[in-house]
Amino acid sequence: MNAAAEKASWDEAYNFAYLDEQTKRMIRRALLKAVAIPGYQVPFGGREMPLAYGWGTGGMQVTASVIGPSDTLKVIDQGADDTTNAVSIRRFFKRVAGIATTEATEEASVIQTRHRIPEKPLKEGQVLVYQVPQPEPLRKLEPRETETRKMHGYAEYGLMHVRLYEDISRFGHIATTYSYPVMVNGRYVMSPSPIPKFDNPKMENNQAIQLFGAGREKRIYAIPPYTSVKSLDFEDHPFEVQRWPQACALCGARDSYLDEVVLDDKGGRMFVCSDTHFCADRQEKGHRGPMAADPAAGAFARSSDTSARKEGER
Amino acid sequence: MYVAVKGGERAILNSHKLITETRRGDGAVPEVSVRQIGEQLGLAVDRVMTEGSVYDRELAALAIKQAQGDLVEAIFLLRAYRTTLPRFAVSEPIDTAKMLVRRRISAAYKDIPGGQVLGPTYDYTHRLLDFALAAEDGVGLPEAPVADAPLDDGMPHVADILDHEGLIEEERPDGDGAEVFDLTREPMSFPAGRDQRLQNLARGDEGFVLALGYSTQRGYGGNHPFAGEIRMGEVSVEIVPEELGFAIDIGDVVISECHMINQFEGSKEKPPQFTRGYGLSFGHNERKVMAMALVDRALRAREMGETAMYPAQDEEFVLYHADNVEAAGFVSHLKLPHYVDFQAELNLIRKLRQEHQDRLEKEAAE
Repeated sequence: MNAAAEKASWDEAYNFAYLDEQTKRMIRRALLKAVAIPGYQVPFGGREMPLAYGWGTGGMQVTASVIGPSDTLKVIDQGADDTTNAVSIRRFFKRVAGIATTEATEEASVIQTRHRIPEKPLKEGQVLVYQVPQPEPLRKLEPRETETRKMHGYAEYGLMHVRLYEDISRFGHIATTYSYPVMVNGRYVMSPSPIPKFDNPKMENNQAIQLFGAGREKRIYAIPPYTSVKSLDFEDHPFEVQRWPQACALCGARDSYLDEVVLDDKGGRMFVCSDTHFCADRQEKGHRGPMAADPAAGAFARSSDTSARKEGER
Repeated sequence: MYVAVKGGERAILNSHKLITETRRGDGAVPEVSVRQIGEQLGLAVDRVMTEGSVYDRELAALAIKQAQGDLVEAIFLLRAYRTTLPRFAVSEPIDTAKMLVRRRISAAYKDIPGGQVLGPTYDYTHRLLDFALAAEDGVGLPEAPVADAPLDDGMPHVADILDHEGLIEEERPDGDGAEVFDLTREPMSFPAGRDQRLQNLARGDEGFVLALGYSTQRGYGGNHPFAGEIRMGEVSVEIVPEELGFAIDIGDVVISECHMINQFEGSKEKPPQFTRGYGLSFGHNERKVMAMALVDRALRAREMGETAMYPAQDEEFVLYHADNVEAAGFVSHLKLPHYVDFQAELNLIRKLRQEHQDRLEKEAAE
């Protein structure tokens, strides 16, 4: 980390990490309030960023406000370090903050994510920044902000339980698979952002600080370390996460979130870890999945080969 | 193939190169200059300045060039640049009664003090394609005749004429020192004050505001509007630097302004009286300011004690969805990969279908 600090140099046409210091200060104040009231959505004067709304402007503003020259940044989208938008955001911070970047979860001091929580448990001192498209978990039930703010104020969450119950009566179980609402610190119902519900249990008592930025909706919220985060459920219909009958085709993991990869137009498919670093790390340690030697899987593995990609990124 | 959604720095960089090449077009055709855009596509520049919230013709023209004429993209470019600019001062309110008028019309009165001034407008042109403009050697240097006498100095607002009789609601300035809401620094909050609403509508997408304004005319929340006055011209902008303590002129801006006069049936407390809707934009954009004035009035429903029943009267609906930078961003974010969530939905739908199948089989067996 210190070696990185010495090297940090950035595009001096912009302030460090793009935002001016006043704006960062405003955002940090919002973050402090958010950490003090876990799960509460703090309105903030979100700025326009040189990235489209809905593409991570909230996460970017939070990252820009918490990052320092000695930090190491990891950016993932769908769990992968090499999806287009993750590449774009990582490049942005390299340019405007000159900071070190990494793909290794354990090496990162700040991780900006869209739609996933890394499989590897986070540690104290790490910061996980979520990109949030719609911070309001009640929005689909009540479109008006004036109403939803009242509902949070009075902790009036009956409507949400009714919705979950209606799922059970129609389908036999709760039919929400991502953006699955959680209760934070026993007080606020919060949107975990569109992570699959598979990731929800990782939010509970996490050692890292979890910060959420919604740029378009201009809201910030947070979960401090070691905070209770319960996925909403019923006694007779307890919360469950997704399971796959298969293991990861490349690394053989049975406990990770799997993406379905279509191999041909005849129904051929394989399942691989969505967390690319987790998968690559396991393969490096000698774990092999059932299709690791398959030519189709080999082609896929090469396309996401870390060493080749790193070279391209320099 | 799956690889297609895998990013890769090189693919992104090459895509940037390709858009640069595409933007330039056929190399045999001369490149358009930013000055040409500023001079000859002036109304596009006006729109980009208004919705981009920066009065700078050159930057707006550059944004239009960079965006290949995609005005919503140009507005986005200008906004993103704007956020990096420091704020030196807040100007004094501009006085549009002192405008150097280029155009000023009223549909409420036949003649008005100062006169009806048509100025440059397409209003009375026949919308026939003018093939003379397509000629290789261009149109030369057309010149309009100059009037014999200059326009009147003072051009009072038409609405103020009604004011003397109490026929129209009074327009009261906010108390001294009341801080004006700044939408570019603070998040939207509700109920919205008129300052917040007007800023939002001024920055709002022209098409969206136009459609909403139109909806009020077709019966979705209308208040029988009259175009009290539309004017366009130069006004001076003044600031009061702290070290001086008095106002100094820092330059002129061209703006368009619309005062809409609307019927109001009166209530228990108030006699029937005309009410106001207001629209303002940078540059010359009458369509925008008229639509804005209609929507502004529609959104005063709560204040007027009217029942808000229609989209244009619904504050949260209008203000949250008017911004095209926000809207375009969020719609386009659907292009980002969503395969983690899609996988979750796939799992669910397979499970639901399996359960459905099991149920059918069980019923058949019974």
